[in-house]
Amino acid sequence: MASGVKPRVKVPKKAAAGDVITIKTLISHKMESGQRKDKEGNVIPRSIINRFTCDFNGENVVDITLEPAISTNPFFEFEAKVPEAGEFQFTWYDDDGSVYEATKSIAIG
Amino acid sequence: MELTRRNAILLGASAVLASGLPALASTVTDDAIATFTGGAAVGEGDLKLTAPEIAENGNTVPIEVASSTAVEIMVLATGNPTPSVATFKFGSMAATRNASTRIRLAGTQDVVAIAKLEDGSFVQASSAVKVTIGGCGG
Repeated sequence: MASGVKPRVKVPKKAAAGDVITIKTLISHKMESGQRKDKEGNVIPRSIINRFTCDFNGENVVDITLEPAISTNPFFEFEAKVPEAGEFQFTWYDDDGSVYEATKSIAIG
Repeated sequence: MELTRRNAILLGASAVLASGLPALASTVTDDAIATFTGGAAVGEGDLKLTAPEIAENGNTVPIEVASSTAVEIMVLATGNPTPSVATFKFGSMAATRNASTRIRLAGTQDVVAIAKLEDGSFVQASSAVKVTIGGCGG
């Protein structure tokens, strides 16, 4: 597992029903592209997050496939509908099989 | 000119030099596009790709894709060793078909976005980015 992986998500605490909210996510990850070489000239093996998904109450918001050309500490910003109170579930899938998760609940008010 | 063995080799070598590298790069991009679209024609339309004109650091170039009817958007960096960058799929809870992220660019090049719209057609948008320091490491 890549060390020091920490997901960070910014979701408003509450919204009016039917509102559109902006979600920002960032996960600290070195995103080794598999193109770089170390001091001895050996290729450093690829180690990236290859998929990110965001769901709201079990329904998909976005599903993003990541390739090595995504920057270190992958950042995403997108917009979601909030028809009701509920929970956003964020999932990152690492090349090495690890899965990083974060959840944020949102209230209507 | 007689077609001797020497001339044939010379001809072959110069043809490879003239067309080899750029053709290779564009084939990879074209292949990626063809896989995504399934060979359908790609038009222009409801898709906007926002990228900086000049990026000082190719390691982290902010880009944004926006569309009002896209179900899927693929981003390609045509000048990277591997052109694929990311594919965004929008689900039922996505309020808009906009997303932004940060990408790596190996050098000055065109960034291309291709979207599959709700009606099944494909549209394309591209943006040229000048990169001062490449982002793929040596």
